[in-house]
Amino acid sequence: MRAEKLAALRVSLVRPGLEEISTRIPLGHAAADLCLKGGLERGALHEIFAAIGHEAAATGFAAGLAMRVAARKHVLWIRQDFSALEFGELSAVGLLEFGLDPARMLLLCVADAADGLRAATDALSCAALGAVVIEIPGKPKILDLVASRRLTLACAQKSVTAFLLRFGAKPDASAAETRWLVRAASSPAREENWGHPVFETDLVRNRHGRPGHWVMEWNCDDGLFQNPTTNSGVVVPAPSDRPAAAAREGVESARRFMP
Amino acid sequence: MVVAKVDNALRLSAVDRKASSLGLAIGQPLANARAMLPALKVMAANEPADVKLLARIADWCDRFTPFVALDGPRGLLLDVTGAAHLFGGEQTMLDRIREGLHAQGFAVRGALAGTAMAARALARYRDGTVIAPGEEAKAVAPLPIAALNLDPVATHAFRRAGLKTVGQVAGRKRAEIAARFGAAMVATLDLALGRAEEPISPRLPRPDYWKEQNFAEPIVMEETIRAVLKSLAAALSDVLERRGEGARRLEAVFFRADGAVRRIAIEMGAPTREPAIVERLFREKLDALADPLDPGFGFDLIRLSASRTERACSEAADLDGGANGETEIRFLVDRLAARFGSHRILSFQPNGTHIPEAAWVVVPAQYAQPSKLSWEKIRGIREAPRRPLRMFVRPEPVDFVAMLHLRWHRVQHVVTKCEGPERIAMEWWRHRTPQPARDYFRVEDGEGRRYWLYRSGGVERDGATPQWFLHGVFA
Repeated sequence: MRAEKLAALRVSLVRPGLEEISTRIPLGHAAADLCLKGGLERGALHEIFAAIGHEAAATGFAAGLAMRVAARKHVLWIRQDFSALEFGELSAVGLLEFGLDPARMLLLCVADAADGLRAATDALSCAALGAVVIEIPGKPKILDLVASRRLTLACAQKSVTAFLLRFGAKPDASAAETRWLVRAASSPAREENWGHPVFETDLVRNRHGRPGHWVMEWNCDDGLFQNPTTNSGVVVPAPSDRPAAAAREGVESARRFMP
Repeated sequence: MVVAKVDNALRLSAVDRKASSLGLAIGQPLANARAMLPALKVMAANEPADVKLLARIADWCDRFTPFVALDGPRGLLLDVTGAAHLFGGEQTMLDRIREGLHAQGFAVRGALAGTAMAARALARYRDGTVIAPGEEAKAVAPLPIAALNLDPVATHAFRRAGLKTVGQVAGRKRAEIAARFGAAMVATLDLALGRAEEPISPRLPRPDYWKEQNFAEPIVMEETIRAVLKSLAAALSDVLERRGEGARRLEAVFFRADGAVRRIAIEMGAPTREPAIVERLFREKLDALADPLDPGFGFDLIRLSASRTERACSEAADLDGGANGETEIRFLVDRLAARFGSHRILSFQPNGTHIPEAAWVVVPAQYAQPSKLSWEKIRGIREAPRRPLRMFVRPEPVDFVAMLHLRWHRVQHVVTKCEGPERIAMEWWRHRTPQPARDYFRVEDGEGRRYWLYRSGGVERDGATPQWFLHGVFA
């Protein structure tokens, strides 16, 4: 009797087709995709931490990832009133110039992190959404391990991807699939042409692979990440054969980001 | 005893039963009344409070019919057409209303008749009567002329003509009355005698459809309230479906046993009649109320009314993925709007101007219509973004020396790249006083952060340093 029940429960847990749904979306940057085993996991929670003063760069990185994952679906961007005052309001024309379709963007303005997380959990149950970006300035108490686990579960249910965009916060324990530290990188040293957006990204947590550190350029026309067109910055490929060193490097670079 | 200032004299505006039995009447000067009864207790009239109280009473009366109209400063008109049978017939209904108000401590007079005018006259002189249809003339005839609520001059004129009751006036020829008092008087008379009808104008907009449920025992539990809302939504959905309509706005009215009434409305981006969706939206709304629904001793009536409906085709088949996706997004938007307010869930629309901060607008996503304008990129193909991703609503003043340094938020940044200017002229036709053109520069600092700065008022003149502003930050 009990065994039967257990078996029935197991069947209900392992939903058919789950494997097909949880595909990985390539970023376009070859080394990063290799490290991520093919790309960013859909239907999972990803964290993006902005270095102090690099909030706009992190916004761009999050927008790029959300666009990659959402493809032609809608993106819900949840921002707090404080964040708009402090770091600037999300600009529709800016998004358009960045390569996103503003018509596919929904903006939700909330008063605090609690409202933002609550709205996100609700929105993640809408399978028609491609991605949900939750902008959280500071270190609200409500955003703890339990909250991130709740988000992860909500993500997995309808396979909607969530991005936590954190400003002015240190990484803490969380259930996220990946964690990125992002800062702006100098554009290629060519005088005549103002370059594409360039990010110095640090993958410090990767549940299904190694961490890594790359300088990526966002191609606004094709909507993908790539190596900077002229190598001005230092491109450090992920040392795939030395996990310990890579991990150490990850920690090291994480430390560099901290104020 | 209440007094108010009328025509520069303090006159009685309300008297209680005891005072009126001692011979005081409304309209009497206070000095006269004092002379009659030196021991009068007098209070000043508070008209706004009276109006508020009457509105509260009207709210209470809403439980009998949604068509409640205010009638003068102290009267209410209820259109109970087709509602009386729900309350055990007209006489029982009238008694219930009168008793209910009496129990709340009000002195009440009421009557029920075929026209508002007849009911008004009867309420004043034959409290508690119910007149069968067509019997108005007979019932109103013995009442004094004053029952018609005419202006004093006309009343006086009738009296002088020897016509003391409504019946006597009605007995005259219509032409005679019209010649002496005008056609309006004939119309008033017709209304009083039930020969003509006059619609009442309810104080609240008339709902298109509504369903309600009475409870013998007031309900308090949240789950019960939700279940009731859902069953009402299902009943309403049947009606709407038969008419091929969906609701854009639904209002739930909670009548508390002690007379308090609470109205809570939800709005939908598209016509909806699915009970599960309606119930979910109400749950979001009720959860998010800053001033939560207080059942007190319980609700004895809950009504769900559709106050705005639109034509809606039957639900699209679930197989159609695209349409279904749109529906799901709309439902999500409705949900978020119910919880946070429709002004907080926004979508972007192009605005057709080159002024950076006005180039787009945010509109409530619930009401957003597809825009006629299209989004147009400013950058050329293979070019980097020319507009920042984040923009400040108020450009922040900064200290900037080209190719040298930028000071913002008390932090010094080393400038490594500077590109510009891109001159953006303000639209002179929009402003009364001409706004200076702005010269925009894209500036990169040593760490790769990119800023969008502008100099207001063009190049420096007469040695005055131009003011620099930071308008946005690029990714």
